[in-house]
Amino acid sequence: MHSGSAKLIIETGDDKYIFHFSGLLRVGNLDQIETVLNAQEECLVQKEIILDFVEVDELDSAAVLLILSTMKKMQLQGCESTLSFDNEEFEQLFKMVEKHAHLDTSFTCIVPSFVEKIGKKASDRVKGLLQFLAFFGQLSMAMLLYLRSFRAIRWKEIVFEMNESGIKALGIISLTMFLVGIVIAYQSSVQLKIYGANIFIVDMLGISILRELAPMLTAIVVAGRSGSAYAAQIGVMKITEELDAMRTMGFDPYAFLVLPRVLALMLMMPILIFFADIMGVVGGMLIAHIELGLSPTLFLERFSNVIDIRHFWVGIVKGPFFAILIASIGVFRGLMVKNDTQSIGFNTTKSVVESIFIVIICDAIFSIFFTHMGI
Amino acid sequence: MMEPIITVRDVTTRFGTNHVHDKLSLTINQGEIYGLLGPSGCGKSTLMREMILLENFESGSITLLGRDINTISAFEAQELRKQWGVLFQSNALFTSLSVAENISIALKEYTSISQKLIDEIVAFKIDIVGLKQSDGKLYPSQLSGGMKKKAALARALAMDPKLLFLDEPTSGLDPISAREFDALIVNLKEMLQLSIIMVSHDLNSIKTTLDRMAVIDHKKIAAEGTLDEVMAVTSPFIQTFFTTYSKHLR
Repeated sequence: MHSGSAKLIIETGDDKYIFHFSGLLRVGNLDQIETVLNAQEECLVQKEIILDFVEVDELDSAAVLLILSTMKKMQLQGCESTLSFDNEEFEQLFKMVEKHAHLDTSFTCIVPSFVEKIGKKASDRVKGLLQFLAFFGQLSMAMLLYLRSFRAIRWKEIVFEMNESGIKALGIISLTMFLVGIVIAYQSSVQLKIYGANIFIVDMLGISILRELAPMLTAIVVAGRSGSAYAAQIGVMKITEELDAMRTMGFDPYAFLVLPRVLALMLMMPILIFFADIMGVVGGMLIAHIELGLSPTLFLERFSNVIDIRHFWVGIVKGPFFAILIASIGVFRGLMVKNDTQSIGFNTTKSVVESIFIVIICDAIFSIFFTHMGI
Repeated sequence: MMEPIITVRDVTTRFGTNHVHDKLSLTINQGEIYGLLGPSGCGKSTLMREMILLENFESGSITLLGRDINTISAFEAQELRKQWGVLFQSNALFTSLSVAENISIALKEYTSISQKLIDEIVAFKIDIVGLKQSDGKLYPSQLSGGMKKKAALARALAMDPKLLFLDEPTSGLDPISAREFDALIVNLKEMLQLSIIMVSHDLNSIKTTLDRMAVIDHKKIAAEGTLDEVMAVTSPFIQTFFTTYSKHLR
């Protein structure tokens, strides 16, 4: 049924041209006919043209539109064209399509100029920042409103989110940090061996993992795992009007969705960092034992002697700050989702990229602050 | 004119322990508007999804445009997909594309005709479903419910199919728009010589649009035929369904 093709044979005379169409004139096999017609209509001026459809087996509306637009162009060039068929169905189809046709319409959008694009991007960025500030303000208001009394806090949701984004992340964070501990210890053991400074691996691992690596890596894993989940989930809830439904029922989305996520992550992040500390040090200890012959007992004794408790606290204190950044960016990106599916992908990606970036900036600020304070 | 375009023979469907169809058979002829009716959850939509290769069935056969879909090759299936249009209950318009892009996407993918002709085809489809030309540049989120239906119908008609599947086309529309949509479907069927299969609950649609219909009840076909033929059958479901219907008419 669909395998046949369409044919066009042109019979030329002095002033009279006959276009013999045959076969299946369907949208799927019109391309060649269109090329032939386009080539012909250029050179036909002041001629008499007969379009012959007697041999045509099938005709669809796309083919009719092509014929009509060709005829219109030919008419402009002073040609007189007539249709010929012995099939009443085709005649009716022509009449019907003619009635509904809008020839020479175009739906292509104008491509914006380079300057316009830059301007639009810049203004979008500024708008985005202002919107985030507005969101952050609303979040702070909600916190003040709902954290006034102990009973107004939605413990059930908070505990659920603590399980979802905290406890369920323990496995992957532990494994990541264990491997990072191994890698760091392995690389530095090669260098330390040269100087015979084997024992200093404890100082190195202790300070770098507790202060920087554990909090950063935990934040990155959490941003990829929970930040994106928040953005996608809240985004879909926005598209399906679930957020609006909640508002009309008097459930403030900030109290029900936003605050529990932010608070749960703020509570869980230090605990996750604590576990990351342990696993990182364990990984390093393993390599110190294998590569440098440092027994675990010796390692731990040295650890408690040289690593101050303040290093541990510096890492832990960063937790809630990272948490509030990751959670609020995730939720904010979810709320920014517009009414189409593409913006879910866009905003989910943005949530991860932005939160990791902001976490690194925040870490740098902490670094400067702690150095100045002498901690 | 009465050659069958779709034949369903002894189709049995089971989802886990849930027995949906038990040896269903029906015949849909070329050039008719055929309705699949029945109480909710009876598997009307499932049967339609089986016809359009979205769902598998356990046993039996479905022959569509002369091809048995059990033994069809991937290439033939692809050819078949170009010959039908489907209007989903929730429209399923691509939200990141404008109406015109939604309609033109199949044309761009499957043909190598010029952009100018594609635009003209899109303009024609927009016109026959009763939308304004300016609606072509709008995105689905900017359309009302009725306009979305029309846009989705225009997309289903993009490749000039001979076969059109409609899943509850009037659900979610107000009565006036629903009647307009019914009239549009009948009109399009005449204009484009379509065969239409639709799942419907809407009693008015059933009366004004359908040529023939099948009522599915208790996993079986309770009745098949024209409205009068179906109403003559004594089955509890048909009685209740069409009693409401006759009341409706008065």
